[in-house]
Amino acid sequence: MTTSNPKSVYWKGVTDGAPFMLVVTPFALLFGVVATEAGLNVAQVMGFSVLVIAGAAQFAALQLMVEQAPTLIILATALAVNLRMAMYSASLTPYLGKAKLWQRALIAYLLVDQSYALSQMKFENEPDLSLSARLRYFAGVITPVAPAWYAASLVGAVAGAAIPPEFALDFAVPITFLAMIAPALRTLAHMAAAAVSVVLTLALFWLPYGTGLLVAAVAAMVVGAQVELWMGRRQGARI
Amino acid sequence: MSMSTGMIWFIIAMMGVGTFLIRFSFLGLIGDRPLPEWVLRHLRYTPVAVLPGLVAPLVLWPATTGGAPEPARLSAAVVTLAVGYFFKNVLAAIISGAATLFGLLWLLG
Repeated sequence: MTTSNPKSVYWKGVTDGAPFMLVVTPFALLFGVVATEAGLNVAQVMGFSVLVIAGAAQFAALQLMVEQAPTLIILATALAVNLRMAMYSASLTPYLGKAKLWQRALIAYLLVDQSYALSQMKFENEPDLSLSARLRYFAGVITPVAPAWYAASLVGAVAGAAIPPEFALDFAVPITFLAMIAPALRTLAHMAAAAVSVVLTLALFWLPYGTGLLVAAVAAMVVGAQVELWMGRRQGARI
Repeated sequence: MSMSTGMIWFIIAMMGVGTFLIRFSFLGLIGDRPLPEWVLRHLRYTPVAVLPGLVAPLVLWPATTGGAPEPARLSAAVVTLAVGYFFKNVLAAIISGAATLFGLLWLLG
C-alpha cells in the first residue's frame, strides 16, 4: 500500500489532484466572470487569483467591494473566511514542520482546500512516509490544481459576461466540498464533528463576519476529539 | 464599481499578505517542534469540523435564489454526499452531483 519510490509518490499526488481540476476550473471561471462584471479589469482579477488563491474569500471580498463596505470590514471579513487555513497549517505542521523554511513558505502559499484535504488524508493514512515523500506528494497534488486555478480565472475574466447564468456554476463550490466531506466520514467521531459543525454554523449564522463558522468549527473539533476518546475507552473496556 | 484603482490594488495586496500569513502561521512559527497528543487529536477533525459548516448555508440558502431552499440544489447535495460516502470516490461524487443538478434544473425548467 505504501509507495516508497519518490517519483511514484509525486505522480500519485498528480493523479489524486487531477480530478480537482474539474472542480477548481468552474470555480475560478465563475470568479473571473463575476469579478469582471463587478468592474475589475483582467490584471486585478489575476491579482486576486494569484496572490490570494482562496476562492471563498475572493468572492466575499468582491461582494463587499461591490457593496462599498469600509476597507477594514472588507479585509476583516474576507480574511475571517480564510482563518480555517490556520487550522490547516497547524494540522500539517506535525508532518511538514521539519521541511526547510522556503519549502514551508511555498507550501503555505499553495495551501488550498484541495491540497490540504488530500495531503492530510494521505499523511494520516500512511504515517511512515518520509518527509521528502510527503513534500513530493504535496507538490504532486498542487501541480494540476494551481495552474487550473490561474488559467480558468484568466479565461473567466476574458470571457466575462459570455457565460449564461443557467450553467448554475454557483453550485460547483458546495458540490466540491460535499464530495470531499463524504469519504472523510470514516468513524462515529468524524460524523459527530460534521453534525456539530453544520448545526452550530446554521444556529450561529447571525454572528457577523463568518465568526459563527469559526465557533462551530472549534466546537466540532472538541466533539470529534471527545467522541474519539469515548470510543477508545469503550473498546478498551470490551477487551 | 466606484472604488479607485489604487484602493482595489490595496485590498488585493492586503488580502494576499493576510492570507499568506494565516497559511504560514503554524508551519512557519512552530517549525519542527512536536505538537502534544491532545492537540493532534483535535486537529484530526479539522476538515470535518470546518467544511460541513462552510457548505451547509450554501446548500440550504443558495445566493442565486435569494436564499430560498431550492429542490435541484438540495437533491444534488444529497446525491453528492451519498455517492461520496458509499463509493469513497470524490470524482464520482462530483459527477453524480453535477448530473443531478443540471438534470433537475432542466426538468424543473
